[in-house]
Amino acid sequence: MDFSYSDEQQMLQDSVQKFVQRHYSFDDRKALIDSEIGFGAENWKLFAELGWLTVPFKPEDDGFGGLATDIMVLMEEFGKAMVIEPFIPTAILGGGFISQLGSDEQRSTYIPQIMEGKLQFAAALSESGSRYNLANVSCLATKKGDKYVLNGKKIVVLNGPAADQIVVSARSSGEQCDEQGISLFLVDASASGVSKQSYTTMDGHRAAELSLDNVSVAESCLLGPLGGAYATLVSVTDTATLAVCAEAVGALDSLLKKTVEYAKTRKQFGTAIGTFQALQHRMADMFIECQLARSITIMAAMTLDGDHTAQEKQKAVSAAKARVGKAIRKVGQEAVQLHGGIGITEELDVGHFFKRVTGIETLFGNSDFHSKRFAKL
Amino acid sequence: MDAAFTVEELEFQREVQEFLETEFPKDTRAKVEQRVHLDKEDYVRWQKILAAKGWAAPNWPVEYGGTGWTSVQKYIFAQEMAKVGAMEPVAFGMKMVAPVIYTYGSDEQKQRFLPDILNSNVWWCQGYSEPNAGSDLASLKTTAVRDGDHYVVNGTKTWNTLGQYADWIFCLVRTDNTVKKQEGISFLLIDMKTPGIKLSPIYLIDGTPEVNEVYFENVRVPVDNLIGEENKGWTYAKVLLTHERTNIAGVPRSKTRLAKLKELAATTPDGSGGMLIDDPVFSKKLADTEIQVLALEYAELRTLAAVSTGKAPGPESSILKIVGTEATQYLDELFMELAALHSLPFVPDQFEDDFEGEMIGEDGAAATALHYFNNRKQSIFGGSNEIQKNIISKAVLGL
Repeated sequence: MDFSYSDEQQMLQDSVQKFVQRHYSFDDRKALIDSEIGFGAENWKLFAELGWLTVPFKPEDDGFGGLATDIMVLMEEFGKAMVIEPFIPTAILGGGFISQLGSDEQRSTYIPQIMEGKLQFAAALSESGSRYNLANVSCLATKKGDKYVLNGKKIVVLNGPAADQIVVSARSSGEQCDEQGISLFLVDASASGVSKQSYTTMDGHRAAELSLDNVSVAESCLLGPLGGAYATLVSVTDTATLAVCAEAVGALDSLLKKTVEYAKTRKQFGTAIGTFQALQHRMADMFIECQLARSITIMAAMTLDGDHTAQEKQKAVSAAKARVGKAIRKVGQEAVQLHGGIGITEELDVGHFFKRVTGIETLFGNSDFHSKRFAKL
Repeated sequence: MDAAFTVEELEFQREVQEFLETEFPKDTRAKVEQRVHLDKEDYVRWQKILAAKGWAAPNWPVEYGGTGWTSVQKYIFAQEMAKVGAMEPVAFGMKMVAPVIYTYGSDEQKQRFLPDILNSNVWWCQGYSEPNAGSDLASLKTTAVRDGDHYVVNGTKTWNTLGQYADWIFCLVRTDNTVKKQEGISFLLIDMKTPGIKLSPIYLIDGTPEVNEVYFENVRVPVDNLIGEENKGWTYAKVLLTHERTNIAGVPRSKTRLAKLKELAATTPDGSGGMLIDDPVFSKKLADTEIQVLALEYAELRTLAAVSTGKAPGPESSILKIVGTEATQYLDELFMELAALHSLPFVPDQFEDDFEGEMIGEDGAAATALHYFNNRKQSIFGGSNEIQKNIISKAVLGL
């Protein structure tokens, strides 16, 4: 058993911490959210230069290693500063699908460009009514000559507004919730028939509702075997799920730290509110939640990196997301409550951490969904 | 003990239902159903309709415009209002300052202020909390110094809800610095148009400027605007807070929201071919919430029954505040869980009256996170739930 970081992981952590110190104050972040594209184009270049965009890729793709534990280290630091650059949609989801399913040609076309920060990706995997079930796909892919024609609607496509390429799940055969018959296609965001309704999400990220109206894509845009993408759809989404768990662990730590700091300085009834035992116990409970969230996230990352069956890996990720979701609700709500009114104002970062972790609670399936998946596996 | 309605009460219920069906403005009702943001005019218009009927202030004594209803009638009225989404009046005038005025004010003050509150001609806001006096309200520092026929007020109030729409503000001010902090506080009514008052909005995490900081700089307030005796304001303030707490339970609204949740769950796909209402995990959450609200409802009825026999709501009203606000907040969580991914879009514009674009998310799903964030205030305001537990510990349990 060894839970210590490798030298590489240590360096990765140091480099994110340095970046955050220099470029990611609360005001810097606010300016990025208010900007036209909603994140830092300059930051993205820096991510590429610092090699962070290679982290999710395997050595055979010239990546950093593709280990879940590396992603965890990176995402935890992102979480502490609420980094809003679209790392998950582009590098983990888009990059992950291409790396897992892509032909040699697709991989050599796209992966270097992702790692160099030149291409933005999104993954359109959810539909109205599908909730968190990735097999629930009614978007249709119909073969027409040497092309596929896509029709359907996708919801809450993260990084949809900025994406150059969108990975779309579509059905070529089977019933609406069948695991068989689902394919992944690379769709150019500027292709004819693609329309987007873009918006900011509750936590400052950008997303879009996506409409595909007779979108014609070449055969070369199919990722992997026709109708056989489901297993990869799940495994890559699980990596993204692990990534948001790690991000939440970082954000929850920030919330705890800020709450404890506030309790030490905020005076009511002639004394710091942190001297009240009733409040001390609640902060102790927050600390316990943070530690359990961290522990189960480490468990899941190690399981993903280990020699385990697909089922064991899925189960580990669901355990993490279910438990982290519980910690999010407890720590998030308590951080706000112990700050009082100031905790729900725009001007203080605490409310923004609360919003981000609340967003994470829903992303890729909430606690109830993952508890049920855990039970079934 | 008898929880069933009498024939007369059932008749009254029908009368209320008919009135609401015909008189509650249809356009306002549609806005409420679509979660569209209501403006001041919506509230004023509805309040005037209620006032014309004589039903604006069920809790006031009859002599000032109250209805003289029994506690059961009040309960029926509140329940039927919530069923159709009819708004309760904004609390600051009707439910907060008015009881203080009719209990402790002079006859002149009663005549001057109560009719305009009843008819929604004058809007009130609250000047209680200060930046350094939150839970420890009695440590407030805003001063009022006597100068001839006036008080000169200086200081800052915060968490002032909807002050941007208000005509008058009721304030707790310090009139004596030399005594125990609770004993040097007075209760002043201040016209918001008085020179020296400035408002600055505070934006909340749902993006709304719902609250303000209010600055007072040498604001001259006629001595006639003092309620009761100088330095007795804390006593009056506590009465106001018990009224606020009792009103906070929000049982009728919670019941209506629960019904809405069930209705939505019956038509919301669970993602695997069924409906959410049949999902054992979600339906258990709904059942647990319904049971909690039912317990709260009977706790409230017991409190109301005690009040109707002439007692002021006692420290037990803290129970209603704690459990009521927690129920509201938990319902917000369930609405957000039901909305799933469509809770994520932050699109407040589409819940404004003039929105004409294409809506994102079904059945107001995209408003659920806004409500969840905004309603975190519920366990903080009106004396935080921690303060309520202190009250129970001290005043009820004698600890």
